[in-house]
Amino acid sequence: MRGYLGIDVGSVSTNLVMLTEDDEVAASVYRRTRGQPIVAVQDGLQELATQLPEDVEVAGAGTTGSARSLSGVIVGADIVKNEITAHAIAAKHVVPDVRTVLEIGGQDSKVILLRDGVVIDFAMNTVCAAGTGSFLDHQSARLGIPIEEFGGYALKSEAATQIAGRCSVFAESDMVHKQQIGHRLEDIIYGLCKALVRNYLNNLAKGSELAAPLVFQGGVAANAGMKRAFEEALGEAIVIPEHFNVMGAIGAALLAKASMAGGRRTSFKGFCVSDLVYDTSNFTCKGCANTCEIVKISIEGEVLARWGSRCGKWEVEERVSAAKA
Amino acid sequence: MRASFPHMGNIHLLMSDLLERLEVEYIVAPPTTTKTLEIGVRHAPEFACLPLKITVGNFIEALDTGADTLLMAGGTGPCRFGYYAETQKRVMEQIGLDFSMVTFESPAAHPAMFVKAFKTIAPDKSVLQVWRALKTSFAKGRCFDLLEKRLLQLRAYEVAPGSTTAAYEAGLELMSKAKSREQIDAAYAEALALLDEVPLDREREVLKIGIVGEFYMLLEPFVNFGVERWLNEHDVYLERSVYLTDWIGPSRRNPVLGVSDADVGRLAHGYLSHHVGGEGQATIGHTMKYIEEGFDGIVHLLPFTCMPETIAKTIFPRLARDMDIPVLSFVIDEQTGKAGVITRLEAFLDLLWSRRRAKGGVRELVAS
Repeated sequence: MRGYLGIDVGSVSTNLVMLTEDDEVAASVYRRTRGQPIVAVQDGLQELATQLPEDVEVAGAGTTGSARSLSGVIVGADIVKNEITAHAIAAKHVVPDVRTVLEIGGQDSKVILLRDGVVIDFAMNTVCAAGTGSFLDHQSARLGIPIEEFGGYALKSEAATQIAGRCSVFAESDMVHKQQIGHRLEDIIYGLCKALVRNYLNNLAKGSELAAPLVFQGGVAANAGMKRAFEEALGEAIVIPEHFNVMGAIGAALLAKASMAGGRRTSFKGFCVSDLVYDTSNFTCKGCANTCEIVKISIEGEVLARWGSRCGKWEVEERVSAAKA
Repeated sequence: MRASFPHMGNIHLLMSDLLERLEVEYIVAPPTTTKTLEIGVRHAPEFACLPLKITVGNFIEALDTGADTLLMAGGTGPCRFGYYAETQKRVMEQIGLDFSMVTFESPAAHPAMFVKAFKTIAPDKSVLQVWRALKTSFAKGRCFDLLEKRLLQLRAYEVAPGSTTAAYEAGLELMSKAKSREQIDAAYAEALALLDEVPLDREREVLKIGIVGEFYMLLEPFVNFGVERWLNEHDVYLERSVYLTDWIGPSRRNPVLGVSDADVGRLAHGYLSHHVGGEGQATIGHTMKYIEEGFDGIVHLLPFTCMPETIAKTIFPRLARDMDIPVLSFVIDEQTGKAGVITRLEAFLDLLWSRRRAKGGVRELVAS
């Protein structure tokens, strides 16, 4: 089979997708980045390969996510694209008339507004983790409930407990307090979902019209309690795509396909990159008082990429993408 | 006495020229770096805006390298900038630094204080001599601004990456050496020619973005992550709403901007009918001007806790809806990371290209 590879390396999860030429998901991998993006990509590729037939041919590869440049260098991507565009493209692919994309990942969240298939506005949270997957993860661990069952508890709630959602530290102390005075766990968990949704809507969606069809994607969309809280807050049905947790990777694969339209040859290095040993090292530039930390990625002594300087004097990057826009 | 002053874009070129004319001994503070920022953040009040923190850092570094007299601008109006000289002075006195500070108040609002400040740093110069020096330095400063404006217009079309920036920097170098009016005019012509000789690809399809907001954020590349260069190098033609000489000495003509502050203010009237301090109203006014001129989008920069620009920012969602113009605001402080800024800028350009294509443009989102 021939297909297109999409890789989304985020702070928390690394997702890979292989799309067929008819844009169907042939294989997908969702795994933790664990602070080691290169290993995550290598292991992810290996895992993806086991799901694919022997004769698979990658006709194009795209990367996205916060480690998009790094993973682009590692695999030899044809296009490297920001995650906002990748998510919008993927959502539009699943629900062509989508007008609002709600995306909550491990460490960031975004809202993307589309009209007539064109992105007209977007927002991405800045420094606050209160509305993201990491916080839910942390709370599920604290309560001793597996994250997969978190949503089920929320659905059983009949009267959500009020939880302060403005800040994850305050939310946690508020939850402890509500537990200690005897609130039911189900109500606290649903209260937390509602607080996260409130925080998301207040922080990101300020003043913008969240019109249906609404698509909810990202790892947190697995949480049925969050879906319920969004539907209650917005008064609209929410669509959760089948492959909600790898939508960024799907977007990257779709972009890769589009970028190959002119009959270009892919620069994808092959699944063998899983077996290569990438060497990363860093040093502090002493050129001026900025003391930039320069990161170098090399393979067998050959420098693939080097970045991190403010002034640009150390920057070396393989042209992984001819597409500038 | 050895004077120094804070950095802000090219202001050191203008200040050096002026102080040399007045025969004031001075040093240029070490360039703004992350070390400057660290020093400023350590000593300045937490909720002051980023410009205050960095300029405190500049001053402390200037004192470390041998300055003893610090020059700062004053101001009036709702923006806190007017208090900054006093705040900086107290911050540095509290940590036991020994220096004197000279504040230049606005000549229009406080002419006597303005003259007195010059008497303090250049006691031997007559008012007429100061006036002449100011006029000539200003004329030179205006040339720096005009070159920068040209740079922002041309760089999007350059064939070889970095060639326009190199020509611009060579031009600044030429200009810096010019002393007399004749020399300034000749150097300016030469610098402009350098820029105009850079090979361009005029066929390239580019986006047009207006960049608006608080003056320091716009003028100082260290705090805005070199957003102008980044945009230019990603096929964006730029116009900017603030230039140094028009900002220091606003006039009916504003020769660099080509539009007076009063006219810009009037353009904002549908959304903001009065001055709110700083550039709050001008941000809205310039945005309206760029919309009239058919720009694709607006990038808005402001420091965290900046009141005038926060007012403008809250107006933008409605303005953007009414006028059908995408606006991307960046609230910047010492916590802001470059990666987040670049991700949003990339997505913003994708958005603008998609809109362009939806309206009949030819460029695909993904160029093959």
